[in-house]
Amino acid sequence: MARYSVFALARNALSHHQDWQRAWASPEPKAEYDVIVIGGGGHGLATAYYLAKNHGVRKVAVLEKGWLGGGNTGRNTTIIRSNYLRDPSAKIYELARGLYETLSQEFNFNIMFSPRGVLMLAQTEHEKRAYERTAHANRAQGIETEMVDPARCAEIVPILNIDGPRYPVLGGLWQARAGTARHDAVAWGYARGASEMGVDIIQNCEVTGIDRDADGVTGVRTTRGAIRTKKLCIVVAGHSGVLAEMAGFRLPVESVALQALVSEPIKPVIDCVVMANTVHGYLSQSDKGELVIGGGADGFNNYTQRGSFQHVEETVRALVETFPVISRLRMLRQWGGIVDMTGDRSPIIGPTPVPGIWINCGWGTGGFKAIPGSGWATASMLANGADPIAGPFGMERFREGRMIDESVAAAVAH
Amino acid sequence: MLLLTCPHCGVSAEETEFHPGGEAHLKRFGPGASDDAFAGYMFERANPRGVHFERWRHVFGCGKWFHLARCTASLEVFGAYPADVTAPPEEILAKIRARRPGWEPAPAAKPAAKPEGDA
Ligand SMILES: Cc1cc2nc3c(=O)[nH]c(=O)nc-3n(C[C@H](O)[C@H](O)[C@H](O)COP(=O)(O)OP(=O)(O)OC[C@H]3O[C@@H](n4cnc5c(N)ncnc54)[C@H](O)[C@@H]3O)c2cc1C
Ligand SMILES: [Zn+2]
Repeated sequence: MARYSVFALARNALSHHQDWQRAWASPEPKAEYDVIVIGGGGHGLATAYYLAKNHGVRKVAVLEKGWLGGGNTGRNTTIIRSNYLRDPSAKIYELARGLYETLSQEFNFNIMFSPRGVLMLAQTEHEKRAYERTAHANRAQGIETEMVDPARCAEIVPILNIDGPRYPVLGGLWQARAGTARHDAVAWGYARGASEMGVDIIQNCEVTGIDRDADGVTGVRTTRGAIRTKKLCIVVAGHSGVLAEMAGFRLPVESVALQALVSEPIKPVIDCVVMANTVHGYLSQSDKGELVIGGGADGFNNYTQRGSFQHVEETVRALVETFPVISRLRMLRQWGGIVDMTGDRSPIIGPTPVPGIWINCGWGTGGFKAIPGSGWATASMLANGADPIAGPFGMERFREGRMIDESVAAAVAH
Repeated sequence: MLLLTCPHCGVSAEETEFHPGGEAHLKRFGPGASDDAFAGYMFERANPRGVHFERWRHVFGCGKWFHLARCTASLEVFGAYPADVTAPPEEILAKIRARRPGWEPAPAAKPAAKPEGDA
């Protein structure tokens, strides 16, 4: 595959940009693979990429029913941070954040990682204590975060109203190395990298059935024919329940809608990400100038990628108190994604009751930030049968009472 | 926005007057049940794309719990029924079959070991 560079740009300008190669190959499915990954979102693509790159496993296919990143990976508000509470979370999210820093160079493809800093506002006494605890935990984990006072919050975010009537700002948890990246580009970068190493990226290929015999999985049935494999990894986020049903087991996961919206573009007003979790709203500004706004999740099981009026109203109402300058902005677009929620708000990475079938799901409202770390750990688990970073996230933790409770640090309203 | 009718007080209202309470008809197995049965009750969910039986509460109304049959893929509501039943009534099943020809309820999740009693 041709490399992207300033010279390539100049050369292609001469041919009016008509001759750019495709960014990744689009092969027909083969009859059999060593590993099949279901789901062409960030986590599935990163898993395939690291299988090839770190473990030399290249007879791999990623099967995607629609287009790459068409699920939550292309629908999220792109916040990347690693200031979670528990040690297993710290390991996987910080691994991911660190990998994000150099992905553009590694891919030779700009994922626009922007470590602009994330400020999580404490707007109740309880929240302030919870963040103080997180800051201490992060220090012990070697993750750079700090608790800042209201005056410093106002310095970092000048448009912040720190003495709102209902929810005054009492402090904030600041992670300066956190930030955002371009979501589609992360999926495309991994696809391009994986494809270059021989992984088959197959779009418009929906898995409709899973075949198994007494010893375990034998293959999948898809809208593009049957494909054999002895190792299958399900990475389909909101559709995990559907795939689990095909394979014949249940998961501790429920699918609900989470939505986001963007405003009309305006001049730069905010150069970091702010999360106001008590009021269920968070905010950043895109390079185009739009304010990117995320809110709370619906409470009921839902597979329609829509969202609901009352949540838009709730989110915007709350943000207007904390950011009065946005009160007269018009909102341009709104969309939803189906997020896979677990009871402890931590993901599931591990084996399933069916031999040969592995799963990576349960990232819920916050898995974009984890893509590189999750793919890294999942690939190692698939190649070696176990991985120290993925280990604690097996679904047996529920029955064993070993929850990795991140319901505070996961941050979005549930 | 869902529009729901409470089967207790008969009030029809927008979703915001109600609160969702998760999958319905989960069976809790009593002392002596296997770990599998209890884990199934506590954590594992059907989470289907399609017909879903669920619990709701009329929080900003009469306050009572009830059951709802709803499609998670289209948000169509098939009907509400009282909270004190352990399976959807025949008339609700008939309504669903009329709208989803060929649909049949999934067999109730079975515990891995024989339960000794119910609680
Ligand atoms: C509105 C919103 C805002 C969010 N904000 C953030 C944020 O700021 N920061 C953050 O870290 N996270 C955020 N998230 C969460 C994040 O988007 C997800 O956790 C993450 O993208 C999940 O990636 P994935 O690869 O697991 O799933 P997806 O990207 O959803 O990929 C799964 C893929 O599987 C495919 N698939 C499903 N069924 C089949 C089948 N039968 N056969 C083949 N393919 C199938 C789907 O088409 C899909 O492309 C947000 C999510 C939403 C919805
Ligand atoms: Zn009522």
